[in-house]
Amino acid sequence: MNLDALKDILNLVREHELAEFEMEHDGLKVRIRKAGRESVVTQAAPVAAPAPVAAVAALASVAPAAAAPPLPVDAGVPLAVIKAPIVGTLYRSAEPGSTPFVDVGSVVKKGEVLCIIEAMKLMNEIECECDGEIAAAYVDNGQPVQFGDRLFAVKVS
Amino acid sequence: MFNKILIANRGEIALRIICACREMGIKTVAVYSQADEHSLHVRFADEDVCIGPARSADSYLSVPAIISAAEITGADAIHPGYGFLSESAYLAEVCEACHIKFIGPDPNVIRLLGDKARARRAMKKAGVPILPGSDGPVQGEEEAIKVARELGFPLIIKAVAGGGGRGMRIVRNLEELPKNVKTAMREAEAAFGLGDVYLERYVESPRHIEIQVMGDHHGNVVHLGERECSVQRRHQKLIEEAPSAALTDKQRKKLGATVVDAARAVQYSNAGTFEFLLDATGNFYFLEVNTRLQVEHPVTEFITGIDIVKEQIRVAAGQRLSVRQGEIEFRGHALECRVNAEDPVTFTPSPGLITAYSVPGGPGVRVDSFVHSDCTISPYYDSLIAKVITYGRDRNEAIARMKRTLEMTVIEGIKTSIPLHLKILNDPDFVAARINTSFMERFMPDKNAGKGTLAESA
Repeated sequence: MNLDALKDILNLVREHELAEFEMEHDGLKVRIRKAGRESVVTQAAPVAAPAPVAAVAALASVAPAAAAPPLPVDAGVPLAVIKAPIVGTLYRSAEPGSTPFVDVGSVVKKGEVLCIIEAMKLMNEIECECDGEIAAAYVDNGQPVQFGDRLFAVKVS
Repeated sequence: MFNKILIANRGEIALRIICACREMGIKTVAVYSQADEHSLHVRFADEDVCIGPARSADSYLSVPAIISAAEITGADAIHPGYGFLSESAYLAEVCEACHIKFIGPDPNVIRLLGDKARARRAMKKAGVPILPGSDGPVQGEEEAIKVARELGFPLIIKAVAGGGGRGMRIVRNLEELPKNVKTAMREAEAAFGLGDVYLERYVESPRHIEIQVMGDHHGNVVHLGERECSVQRRHQKLIEEAPSAALTDKQRKKLGATVVDAARAVQYSNAGTFEFLLDATGNFYFLEVNTRLQVEHPVTEFITGIDIVKEQIRVAAGQRLSVRQGEIEFRGHALECRVNAEDPVTFTPSPGLITAYSVPGGPGVRVDSFVHSDCTISPYYDSLIAKVITYGRDRNEAIARMKRTLEMTVIEGIKTSIPLHLKILNDPDFVAARINTSFMERFMPDKNAGKGTLAESA
């Protein structure tokens, strides 16, 4: 999947006024959903990609009449977005005051604990789905999270 | 009074609860699955929390997700609506443990009345007429035969843990009994995790009559009259009304008083509905108690002028009921049509995008719905998209108003049951109130009723 293919897909979505479009190809899943008059492109890299795939980072909304969505600086690097699998309160460290499990720049391995989400007095450890480096942390310590909220972006290595 | 109520439901009932909360100045929290992100209940709640993917088991049926959502929003009460977790003693208990008020009866009452066999025993003890039946689960084919000889035929085999019409088999003679008991036990085990079944006399073509009850924590219990829900197909109600044309004032008072006594006997609080069968000779037989708000509560609201959801909230907050039995009057007649997103002939579900939606107003019309133009009906949940309720000074006026309302309703892009509702409303037997639970058979594509699973009501 390259940028041209993605542009073609976006055009098709707009042209046929599709409300939602989802596709899996070569281990890459693309889902496009129209929220009102905007097209929102979200993408999640595969959990265990056998080979690096040229991909586009998670994007924000697209204006109705605009051209292709803006690209991040390092196009071509797969990004995995870790999302909240449950509802609760997010903690970045094991105990109040101790150092966070990870920060932007931390090198992580698959299965490593990234944060804790507390729900119903139980501490649930959220594990990383792949090897890589933390590219972004979207939620601050002590903030509530909903199902599906973005937690971290990981540059897959 | 509560500061913030979380609504553990979706669709029209979530909006209904939001209405009551708004009118009472209570803040609301909507929970939603990813399929309902753009649903109206999310839009009109003060806060919203996404609790899971579309699949109900992972979202609307997930106690941890719902409790968690209440925790992060600081909700002090949860209203469970109907369906989903509304009759979950487990949710009620977890709420108690987390200091969140569950808007409904106590968990032990939910548990007692949710067990069909225990409920029968409790009602029998409280003097409520029950269908003759085995006094508990039958321990196998031999005991079933013994019980059946006493009960007589036809009879029905029911799963103790079943409900909504599932796990039931009609048996018309002794020869058919053993194999049906065996199959029913196996099916019950598979569907409900409990293979226990009990036996009951089966009433042919009864009317379905239910009594609305409300109790508070100050010892007051009242009944809000009956509803008739005989127009149903496979235990799914299509049209409900209040009052029932089949009851005299005397019968209403007597049944109402019996039900109030029974509710007191089990220490019932908050809203509940006691369901009965009415046979051709005027005998009432207890079926089950629904320990929650019902879909068809609006018809009762129309003829009594009482807001049942507000009463639920008040009771849960420790307040007294706003009326005493002597103050409750029944005036006029109300009908409700459940408009479903389905083919009106084949009943195949019809999810999709609604391209045009318009409902008329006018005197005596109420529409409870969550749909609108440009909204997508997803296939993940039940097919109810709107409840159209009409009120008139008498049954004929209510029917006339319902007909003109449905005729002037526009829903395009999907199929709906409205054409079927209009057929029913124009049927001479319906107009004459000559209805019972077999009434819908004349509209069904396959006239195969009573073939082992069809039974009396839901």
